[in-house]
Amino acid sequence: MTYTQLGVLAVLLVIAFDLWAVRTRLVTRRLFWVSYAIIVFFQLITNGMFTGFGIVRYSGDAIMGSSSPDAGPPPFVGDGRLAFAPIEDLLFGFALVLLSLSCWIWLGRRGLQRTPISGPPIWRRAPTEPDEGP
Amino acid sequence: MDPGRWSYVAVLGFVLIGCLWLEFALRTRVLVRARRLFASMVVPVLVFYAWDAYAVASGHWTFDPGRILGIRLPGGVPIDEVLFFLVIPLAAILTLEAVRSVRGWMAGDES
Repeated sequence: MTYTQLGVLAVLLVIAFDLWAVRTRLVTRRLFWVSYAIIVFFQLITNGMFTGFGIVRYSGDAIMGSSSPDAGPPPFVGDGRLAFAPIEDLLFGFALVLLSLSCWIWLGRRGLQRTPISGPPIWRRAPTEPDEGP
Repeated sequence: MDPGRWSYVAVLGFVLIGCLWLEFALRTRVLVRARRLFASMVVPVLVFYAWDAYAVASGHWTFDPGRILGIRLPGGVPIDEVLFFLVIPLAAILTLEAVRSVRGWMAGDES
C-alpha cells in the first residue's frame, strides 16, 4: 500500500477505535477539536522542520506529490505538500494524536489515575484553596 | 559525534519546549499521572512502530543518516522515531488537558 492509502485507512481505523472499540467518542467533543486545532498548527511547524531541512525524505511512489529533491527543500506549498511535508502527514498525525488521546481518556475512565484532574491555570485560584486573611 | 546527527532529536526538543510549560502554568497534571501517561503510549507506540517499519521496508520514507543518531532498532526503525512516538502523544495529552484546564469542557473520563 502507498502512504496515501495507509493514511486514509489509519484515520478510519482510529476513528472506529474511538467511537466503537473503547467508546471515548472524542471526535464528537468540542474539547478534542479545539485541542486538535492547536496541535495541527504546531505539527505543521515541526513537520516543516523535519522535511524542510531534509531530515526525512519521501518517495514519490508512496505519496500524491513528487519525491523529495536530492538537494534543497521540497515546495513549501503545492505538489501535494503543505509546509514542506506531504499532506499525507496530516492523516498520519491525526491518527497518532487521536489514538493517543483516546487511550488516555479510556484509561482514565477505567480508573487509572483519573485524579488529580487538570486545572485551574495558575492565574486562577484553585477552588479548594482556603481563603487568605482572618 | 557530528552535532548534525542531533538534528532530529533537536526538533523533538523544540516540541518539548513548546508543551512542557503547560504542566506548570495550566496545572495539566499529566506528568504526575505518569502511570496513566505511559500506559496511554503503549498502543500508539506499537501501532506506529509497525507502520514505520513497513514504511522503511517499502521505501515510503528515508532518513538522512547525517541527521539522526544512527541507532537502528528491529525493522530498521531509527531510535529517533521511537522518541517521536513518545513525545507526540505527550504533547497531545498535555494540549488536551491544557484546554480542559482553561475551558472545563467534558472529555468523557469524568466520574
